[in-house]
Amino acid sequence: MLRWIVWRDLILAWRRRADALSTLFFFVIVVSLFPLGIGPETELLRSIAPGVVWVAALLASMLSLGRLFANDYQDGTLEQLLMTPQPLYLVVFGKVAAQWLTSELPLICIAPLLGVQFGLSNQTLVVLIVTLILGTPVLSLIGSVGAALTLGLRSSSVLISILVLPLYIPVLIFGAGAVEATIIGLSPVSHLYLLSALTVLALIFAPWATAAALRISVE
Amino acid sequence: MNLYKYASPTNFYPLAGKMIPWFATPAGILFGVGLFVGFFIAPPDFQQGDAYRIMFIHVPAAWLGMFLYILMAIYAGIGWAFNARLASMMASSISITGAMFTFLSLVTGAFWGKPTWGTWWVWDARMTSTLILLFLYIGFISLQSSIDDPRRADRAGAVLALVGVINVPIIYFSVQWWNTLHQGATIRILQKPTIHGSMLWAMLIMLAACWLYSVAVVLIRVRCIIVEREQNASHFVEATV
Repeated sequence: MLRWIVWRDLILAWRRRADALSTLFFFVIVVSLFPLGIGPETELLRSIAPGVVWVAALLASMLSLGRLFANDYQDGTLEQLLMTPQPLYLVVFGKVAAQWLTSELPLICIAPLLGVQFGLSNQTLVVLIVTLILGTPVLSLIGSVGAALTLGLRSSSVLISILVLPLYIPVLIFGAGAVEATIIGLSPVSHLYLLSALTVLALIFAPWATAAALRISVE
Repeated sequence: MNLYKYASPTNFYPLAGKMIPWFATPAGILFGVGLFVGFFIAPPDFQQGDAYRIMFIHVPAAWLGMFLYILMAIYAGIGWAFNARLASMMASSISITGAMFTFLSLVTGAFWGKPTWGTWWVWDARMTSTLILLFLYIGFISLQSSIDDPRRADRAGAVLALVGVINVPIIYFSVQWWNTLHQGATIRILQKPTIHGSMLWAMLIMLAACWLYSVAVVLIRVRCIIVEREQNASHFVEATV
């Protein structure tokens, strides 16, 4: 079941490649705007890089969340999925995994390139990638709760951002904090541990909350 | 007397109407007494002069902002778990008052910060987490107001409030961590270990006044919500007309 859901969503995403690509380009463009707005001093850019990349990742994940359940909701697939004998937890888990693979993984792959633009060292780039790998699943998981709650509402995309962005703050703090610690020569390990703790918490609780929210939204 | 009778909005409506004056009147009296003690009897602070007196509004507002979020989440959770409509209505009613107090504590904090620290705002751990708390309230209120079906609004709000309540300690801890790492402005609000007796009294009286005010306003608002939602139920119309 889990594999089937992931595979199906990946095929759907592949047939609408433009959606995933636009999220990626949004991420690249937002990050590239900062040097233009702030100025090209390497020192300054290096110090803001972790925050900029992470904030852009949060915003980019907002774009793909609206699509997480909306298409399935419109064509009735979601109702069928709710009626399957398998636990809804697994369905949600599969959909979130597919969303992560199609929307967040490309961001992680392109992030080193953006880091180089901001003059980050190799070691810092590795930490940036590690934080993104640990942190972006939390974004997808918490975001799925927001997506399920706002399903089928007017102006749901704006609403998702209001609901979900405040809940992203710990991920932002630990994610950007780890990279920043590396830049100033401290060990990022404590941040990474806390970030992993958030990931584990979100993996356990978020699909459950999303499943409850889906049952509420689709009645 | 069967207390569960009052879990029905129709029965609760007249009871709430009777209870409101019992909370509103003492709230008014205590506000008067507390402000009088705070502004005229309590001595000026030896470092901050008279500027500290905004504390008598600021501190109760900040406390209530936090407590009401938890209370709102409890009510929303009860409403969702036991399908109790009145509890959900209470949660929506509390959310507005809680957001108001959180906002008030931010504004009064800014007014207090300007004369004492020389700046309206610093990214201090407490202020930042209060700001995030306000965002959480705004999320709850805007989610509920954009759902037309009241039952769905209640339940969706409950999920959000419970997720929020789990997150509040995590957010608070992470903001504190972030703040200690970015050793910017660590500010102790009360420098002195003890505060003068009349200051403490004024603060406690104001805290009680704010609590009583909250109860009164929440009851008034929940009556409005009951009227809005139950206006088509014939037994309600008969009971109240």
